Amino acid sequence: MTLVKEAPARPAGKRSAAPVAGRRGRRRENLAGYLFMSPWIAGFLLLTAGPMIASLYYAFTSYNLFTPPKWVGLDNFTTMFQDPRWQKSVEVTLKYVVVATPLKLLLALGVALLLAQKRRGQGLYRAAFYMPSLIGASVSVGFVWRALFSDDAVVDRTQKIFGLDVGGWIGNPDYVLYALVALSIWQFGAPMVIFLAGLKQVPQELYEAAEMDGAGPFRRFWNITLPMISPVLFFNVLLESIHAFQVFGSAYVVSDTRCGPADATLVYTCYLYQKGFKEAQMGFASAMAWTLVVAVALVTAVLFWSQKKWVHYEEAAK
Amino acid sequence: MTTATSPAVRTANERRPAGSIAWHLGALVVLAVVLYPVIWVLGASFKPSKDIVASLDLLPTKPVWANFSGLADGISGISISTFFTNSLMYAGLAVVGVVLSSSLTAYAFAKIRFAGRNLLFTLMIGTLLLPYHVLLIPQYVLFRNLGYIDTLVPLVAGKFLATEAFFVFLMVQFMRGLPRELDEAAKLDGCGHLRTYWSIVLPLSRPAVITSAIFTFINAWNDFMGPLIYLNTPSKYTVSLGLMMFRDQEGISDYGSMIAMSLVALVPVIAFFMAFQRYLIDGMATSGLK
Repeated sequence: MTLVKEAPARPAGKRSAAPVAGRRGRRRENLAGYLFMSPWIAGFLLLTAGPMIASLYYAFTSYNLFTPPKWVGLDNFTTMFQDPRWQKSVEVTLKYVVVATPLKLLLALGVALLLAQKRRGQGLYRAAFYMPSLIGASVSVGFVWRALFSDDAVVDRTQKIFGLDVGGWIGNPDYVLYALVALSIWQFGAPMVIFLAGLKQVPQELYEAAEMDGAGPFRRFWNITLPMISPVLFFNVLLESIHAFQVFGSAYVVSDTRCGPADATLVYTCYLYQKGFKEAQMGFASAMAWTLVVAVALVTAVLFWSQKKWVHYEEAAK
Repeated sequence: MTTATSPAVRTANERRPAGSIAWHLGALVVLAVVLYPVIWVLGASFKPSKDIVASLDLLPTKPVWANFSGLADGISGISISTFFTNSLMYAGLAVVGVVLSSSLTAYAFAKIRFAGRNLLFTLMIGTLLLPYHVLLIPQYVLFRNLGYIDTLVPLVAGKFLATEAFFVFLMVQFMRGLPRELDEAAKLDGCGHLRTYWSIVLPLSRPAVITSAIFTFINAWNDFMGPLIYLNTPSKYTVSLGLMMFRDQEGISDYGSMIAMSLVALVPVIAFFMAFQRYLIDGMATSGLK
């Protein structure tokens, strides 16, 4: 995490004021440190590291919860890669990530630029735009979405005014995924707030200098704003795409609990849930989970690698 | 929010009120889109069931109370208040767990210099990026073997064990910003770490703690996958699962109660949001930056 700045090391002259110095003091500090973070250590071992090892093991077994896991080698992975529904879930998820993430970030950036201008009521707008980010995850909103995008409802009728007759999106396998995309874009408030915080950090002198040189608003945006907020943009792209890979609740609720129709919203985690918890194929589901981890790690790595090309950190500019 | 405006923009504003009108028009268009679903559900909850999907009107022509009074009957013999009590228990325990365990852990990271601190901090940040789903199945197996299925334990255990790295991170960032002189003075006065944590650092970290508490409450209230996996008995269901029961009935005639229940389920979240939106928004912004 490049955005995380470690607290600066203290200058050597200003030693700790603690009266206990030396090896005994250091040992005491170590003990205190580990005692204070013992909840986290327990949680990490019990609920993160342990389960990770366990699921890696399950991924190579056939396991239905009721009989002990049976080692099957790479069987889960070979079955998985040949499984048409798994392929479908990968396709649906990629489509969702690739469509929803850029649109959401574009809207978030656009609105952040709007709100960065000092106007009356800007705090109120900011709060209102942020709200969907908090309620968007609830089942309630899933129901509302179902209602808005179903046959003969608001969206259906509105598009008819424009001469488009595709019916409700919920029942149409070609469109239902875009109802989920719309729900994701609607929650643009969280990245917007992060963009706003980034925009606040851009030194105003740069704009004044550029204006003096005769740069128009578009040039100022392209040559100043965008490079200056690129670390924040990077952070948002990273977080939002990782979240998009893991979408579950909205797919499950909006498009009936089978992630349909015709598997049109069978996002990756929905298939994982069906395999693991409906069909009790814990080994297969674990293989799926590890494949997801690898995919997310790859995306993260590519993003971190690419940031050398387009992310500008202030330190480098000086 | 004072530094955000370039002087150039500001002077342009003062000269041209037209720019200001365009700005407000733009903001209002976004506002309309964002608030539409919220106002729609508010209006729909007062419409007769048959009108809810069919009517294009945002607000009901003749408001009815039937949807809300229908809620009093509960669903499948379970009263609505049961779902709310369960959700409140879950969210309340989650808040206590996150605040205690995350602030203790954050204090260690921010204020104690111990061997291996940087390595552990990196590991903690790493868990932020780990897809939750890889832990889902083994955690389920673990809690099943321990006999905790159909209880709140699997849902809140992680909160008491500081597994919500986001909040630990938020508090670490905040505690690092507190002046060092304070805890060093406390140390000189003979305070141990526990006392420094409890009487100095924790009270001063109130903004970060409140932010974490509210986010935790709202996340737990909205949580769907957790209860879906761990809770089996309808009388133990949280509001999210209770809502799904309405859906499973699949009676179009019951659309009204479903929408009314959806609205009622949103009330705590919206109320929390209204009361604490400043903290929430600033918390969101600082966690991304600084």
